[in-house]
Amino acid sequence: MTLDAKIPSGPIELAWDKARFDMKLVNPANKRKHTILVVGSGLAGASAAASLGELGYNVECFCFQDSPRRAHSIAAQGGINAAKNYQNDGDSIYRLFYDTVKGGDFRAREANVYRLAENSVKIIDQCVAQGVPFAREYGGSLTNRSFGGAQVSRTFYARGQTGQQLLLGAYQALERQVHEGTVTMYPRTEMLDLIVIDGQARGIVTRNLITGELNVHFGDAVILATGGYGNVYYLSTNAKGSNTTAIWRAHKRGALFGNPCFTQIHPTCIPVSGDYQSKLTLMSESLRNDGRIWVPKKKGDKRPPNQIPEEDRDYYLERRYPSFGNLVPRDVASRNAKAVCDEGRGVGETGLGVYLDFSDAIKRLGEHTIRERYGNLFDMYQRITDEDPYKVPMRIYPAIHYTMGGLWVDYYLQTTIPGLFVAGEANFSDHGANRLGASALMQGLSDGYFILPYTVGNYIATNKFPKVDESRGEVREAVGCVQQTIEKLLSIKGKRTVDSFHRELGKIMWDECGMSRTAHGLEKAIGQIRALRDEFWQNVTVPGSGDDLNQSLEKAGRVADFFELGELMCIDALHRNESCGGHFREEYQTPDGEAQRDDEHFSYVAAWGYTGPSSSPSLTREPLDFQYVHPSQRSYK
Amino acid sequence: MKLTLRIWRQKSRNGKGKFISYPVYNVNPEMSMLECLDVLNESLIERGEEPVAFEHDCREGICGSCGFMINGIPHGPLPATTVCQLTMRHFKDGQELVLEPWRAAAFPSVKDLVVDRRSFDRIIEAGGYISVSTGNAPDGNTILVGKDVADRAMDAAACIGCGACVAACPNASAALFTGAKISHLGILPQGVPEQDRRALNMVAQMNVEPFGSCTNIGECTGACPKEIPLEVISRMNRDYWQASWKQRDELVRTITPMTEWSTGSKLKIDPNATS
Amino acid sequence: MSATAINSQLRAPSFWQSTNGKKVVMAVTGCILLLFVIGHLLGNLLVFAGRARYNAYAAFLHFDDTILWIVRIVLIIAVVLHITATVQLALRNKRARPIGYSRKEAINSSYASRTMYWSGPIVLAFVIFHLLEFTAGYIHPGSQFIRGDVYHNVAAGFSVWWVSAWYIFSLCLLGLHLRHGIWSMFQSVGYNHPRHTPLLKKAALVIAALIVLGYISIPISVLAGFVK
Repeated sequence: MTLDAKIPSGPIELAWDKARFDMKLVNPANKRKHTILVVGSGLAGASAAASLGELGYNVECFCFQDSPRRAHSIAAQGGINAAKNYQNDGDSIYRLFYDTVKGGDFRAREANVYRLAENSVKIIDQCVAQGVPFAREYGGSLTNRSFGGAQVSRTFYARGQTGQQLLLGAYQALERQVHEGTVTMYPRTEMLDLIVIDGQARGIVTRNLITGELNVHFGDAVILATGGYGNVYYLSTNAKGSNTTAIWRAHKRGALFGNPCFTQIHPTCIPVSGDYQSKLTLMSESLRNDGRIWVPKKKGDKRPPNQIPEEDRDYYLERRYPSFGNLVPRDVASRNAKAVCDEGRGVGETGLGVYLDFSDAIKRLGEHTIRERYGNLFDMYQRITDEDPYKVPMRIYPAIHYTMGGLWVDYYLQTTIPGLFVAGEANFSDHGANRLGASALMQGLSDGYFILPYTVGNYIATNKFPKVDESRGEVREAVGCVQQTIEKLLSIKGKRTVDSFHRELGKIMWDECGMSRTAHGLEKAIGQIRALRDEFWQNVTVPGSGDDLNQSLEKAGRVADFFELGELMCIDALHRNESCGGHFREEYQTPDGEAQRDDEHFSYVAAWGYTGPSSSPSLTREPLDFQYVHPSQRSYK
Repeated sequence: MKLTLRIWRQKSRNGKGKFISYPVYNVNPEMSMLECLDVLNESLIERGEEPVAFEHDCREGICGSCGFMINGIPHGPLPATTVCQLTMRHFKDGQELVLEPWRAAAFPSVKDLVVDRRSFDRIIEAGGYISVSTGNAPDGNTILVGKDVADRAMDAAACIGCGACVAACPNASAALFTGAKISHLGILPQGVPEQDRRALNMVAQMNVEPFGSCTNIGECTGACPKEIPLEVISRMNRDYWQASWKQRDELVRTITPMTEWSTGSKLKIDPNATS
Repeated sequence: MSATAINSQLRAPSFWQSTNGKKVVMAVTGCILLLFVIGHLLGNLLVFAGRARYNAYAAFLHFDDTILWIVRIVLIIAVVLHITATVQLALRNKRARPIGYSRKEAINSSYASRTMYWSGPIVLAFVIFHLLEFTAGYIHPGSQFIRGDVYHNVAAGFSVWWVSAWYIFSLCLLGLHLRHGIWSMFQSVGYNHPRHTPLLKKAALVIAALIVLGYISIPISVLAGFVK
């Protein structure tokens, strides 16, 4: 199988214009005759559903939450990048493109990233017009802040709730279309399978989470905007409900999965406090601007931080990276925190934590200034840990935050199944091996507002859609599969809870496929995951029935998919014999311990195909061609 | 520490509910309220009982999924905190906590602590937006918004739609929720052209839903995890009566509230016939 | 399933049918009644100016029965609207929470605001009694009602201790009612300002207290023998 990314020929600046001109259009009067199914209602899903509804398509939108407004895009704190150059500091579309490709450690597709940078400008305009209350200067113009990985100020924000405000903008646009009658919203409805008929994605099987009813929805195109799969690690900054089920089931129906092992680990999260921990809370990256990161020099030094004298402290980032110090990129900061904790120098009761100390900054700038800059973050930290960060250093530890991998899509965001489109974090496209801060919101909205409305239209205009109904064998087969899985999960009646399996899977993934990976560890992990998966199907217990609200059953289905995905992630990590971005293989590092890329052998997207429950996945490579940004080694010394 | 959780258990919307007491041992003071329920649920599942259904998602206080009454206070005793961020150290060893779902006719029960808040979506659907289709926007800086105005809009826009305001109100009124959206959009210059229409439509929908009336007593703002001020309700009242006065036609229509979840599955597929 | 049932759109409630509209009506009628309460107080404080001035004031109110009845009708309409709106809203509010909480704490509201529903009806009962006693003269325990000699009626009426006690109790409730009502009417018609509203709440307390003190000074003075 060869993969055609369908990148338009010619200069990158004109690629998207050319692509749009070459696309076929759908007659406005015909649009309402076409049904488009949108699964997921976060930034990508809600914006796509709303925009397609505005164009006149008949849209059905699905989310598992009780309201589309609850999608996890809502939790993004920092901001959204856009190459507006309002600050006159030398920003441009080209610079945003350059920063993103470089930040992704040269594992992203150039043409996609360029288009993303182009669209960033329009996103801000659209969101302002929708009433997103972005931060402003006194004079009324939009203000910006700086973020990691860039030397310009291009991040737009709405306090620490940028994701919330952008999502509410998209949600409100969506509700407007619901009122217009172009979009039908199905909350508390989970997609459990994709229906492929004659090679085209033509529908989905859903389960009504309140009544347990299985339904089939037909459409001429299916858009998956179901977010990332960080919850394969059990503990992550993702919402509890975030899952891989929609994209995984589509993968099993033939869509290739791109770069599954590329995960991002965020260095500043509140550490785990005990076995009961259900999720990790992120503290904004901006804290590293003024905080100093350290651990005790001696192993097992249990003195309270304030009693450890200066000479017994190791400011390891400042020591190892004198020029960037505490401001090294996310992947470097995370790996170093893990290294010192592995040496036994971690702090806190669990030993998995490092100090983020503001006492120098408070001495230098005064408590008032620090309170102005980080007051709400400090309050949140205190609420959760009951420690006052003005007096005691914060404890932080890295946590899984984002997954760059996802279903493989071409330039038109279409998967290898015609008619199946994937948007936002659920696709693999724009961030390569590492995502820069404030770029996730940008990508979700770019896909939903400004790419899918064109590319889905082009697909509809250039394809024929014979009538399909429930009598088709493909439909019966898909529904049968879903029914069987549910009945099986309910009938095992074993001894262990779903969460206990999920926790164990997460621990394997975190230990062997987390911040640093080895061939040996990954091989071991694959074996452990297979064994655990077998045990799961023998010994899980799911109480209740399939015909009412059964949260254990929902979880069980999702965890079953996480097992299979987790194995694929390990296989992908094992095959990629290099270190790049968030993927760090201990065997491939420079003499001073930095990630070493192998552009000669691994400058490609690894797209994996599903071949069956017990056979190895197939690998297809999409070579990456860098014509504009030339790969170079990153150095922060 | 040990706590006794007295929890409202109800099988389904029309089922009869009752309180059941569960002792929970080994409560760690660092746990969140929801993690405490997780621990209880794990033990219930191991005993073969059905776990307590409760709504949750982001667990960092922003998605608005979670929320129930703890000892008669929405989201529990800590101000400006949702139950997912409420740690158990705020309770005493041996204490009994009464956990009860939001109770309102407009929030029909679903199961245990889960209620149906689609009435909120319908209020937004009726007019809680600025009607601008994708692609119509001028450059962001052509619309100047003073910092203080943007800040006030943000204060109102911080609503997470959790429903604590309705739960706290003795009348189960949705005035704070509706007022927050009317204020957020009405304060910004972008929202002014549609201000009258928005007030008429959203207030009409709020009134069609079985919410009670606002009696200006302020329980809602006290319970609000985002501390949305009572000012947003007065803004709604003002926008509404002014729009009613200026109204030239009777074109406002509302959406029939809907409490059913079933879409009537037509699927009767025998899995054995296909395999 | 979707939050919307397609094609089933209803006509919107009218201004009066909406809860917000009713609250505006209650605010406006409440304001009219408040103005009456203040005017009535100022007039009746003339009782301290002696029998002649007080009776002259009463006679002045009756100088033209048409105007008097216009004022009375406005007041009656205000009372009827105020009460109708209240009763309808109260019924609606009861339906809005068919199953109550087993336990519910008040966290933010004032005592006065939570007691409007019963302070109102008691004040109404009092007003009826008050009209029967001093305007119509049907009930006038302890002495003979003399039409025209208002000073006598007041002094004689309040010299009965339980009449005075009932009056003082009801006026205190009226004060409680006004303490919330005076600022609440601004909220209902749409005025709330982070700096002005706290002042308004204080002003409401002061005005309510002055009204109560002003009114109860009369029966206290009668009982204490200052007004005979």
